[in-house]
Amino acid sequence: MGIDLTLGLTTGIAFGFLLQKGRVLRFGKQVGAMLFKDMTIFKFMLSAIVVGMFGILILADQGIITQSHKPMNVGALVVGGSLFGIGWAVMGFCPGTAVGAIGEGRWHAVFGIVGMLIGAAIYAQYYPFFKSTVLSWADFGKISLPQLLGVSPWVVAIGFTIITALMFRLFEKKGV
Amino acid sequence: MEQKETKGWSPYLAGALVGVLAIVSVYLTTILLGKSMYLGASTTFVRAAGMLIGSVDPSYIADNAYYVKEKVIIDWQFMMIVGIFIGAFIASKMDGSFKLEAVPPEWEARFGGSVTKRAISAVLGGIFMMIGARMADGCPSGHGLSGMMQMSVSSYVALAFFFGVGALVANIIYRKK
Repeated sequence: MGIDLTLGLTTGIAFGFLLQKGRVLRFGKQVGAMLFKDMTIFKFMLSAIVVGMFGILILADQGIITQSHKPMNVGALVVGGSLFGIGWAVMGFCPGTAVGAIGEGRWHAVFGIVGMLIGAAIYAQYYPFFKSTVLSWADFGKISLPQLLGVSPWVVAIGFTIITALMFRLFEKKGV
Repeated sequence: MEQKETKGWSPYLAGALVGVLAIVSVYLTTILLGKSMYLGASTTFVRAAGMLIGSVDPSYIADNAYYVKEKVIIDWQFMMIVGIFIGAFIASKMDGSFKLEAVPPEWEARFGGSVTKRAISAVLGGIFMMIGARMADGCPSGHGLSGMMQMSVSSYVALAFFFGVGALVANIIYRKK
């Protein structure tokens, strides 16, 4: 196995371990967040984002790594994001957590994986159609929040951290 | 009553460690592979679907613009997804939280224990979800974690729709009258 595959596998094992320890690989946790009854997945995700944001900012600032933004394609994000939301609510797992859920014995996630493979095949089949319609409506390209707001990325990172801290305080106060 | 289960780690701690993992991962891939790689999941499903279809009809894959664009190969991300399965298995076996489950308990409470009903719903949900993920160019890993960490505008919009529409639909289908 080459270095790229070994690195991917090792990273995945650590990722899966932490997802499981954070108890986010559960249908009840994901749907629980959508019902605002259990915000575990938000506590997990926002903690990861705050920590990662500062690390990536420093590494990018030093010119060590390159960033890769996904395009701000309005049709793709609104239509695709909505389809995703419908599927997420019904299935109760997102793509990565579905795989992890099987790892901890919740084998029913396999049904969602079958659905996702069919969905991927459908998307590939109709890709030319999506490309000439939804994907071509309005694409603002690869833009970042600091660019959009015209401020330093450090301001955004600190602002994001403050908002996250306030949200955590709210979750703990409400006991969700 | 469900038998008592060991508690996991604080989601704040486990999440923060995923943040550290994301940083280490992007650093190591840049240094060792010459390309900065970010955590993501949904492209792997395209590749896996391509491999399955390709095993029956290789020419379909070779002629399809999307499989050509995304490349039907086992790559870094594909192995990461394999790793997620292994990591979750190890963690759950270590603390005794591994449990074979045919229907999620919260689903059962609302719709009953039928595996068929759950299976059909989950397959349909999965189809919608993956079409959406490929259209939006990411999932809660690629957009939610990696994109939001990098402050990409698209990722904040994506997450707002993933979760906003998810919450709307979940409140319609799971709330008891």
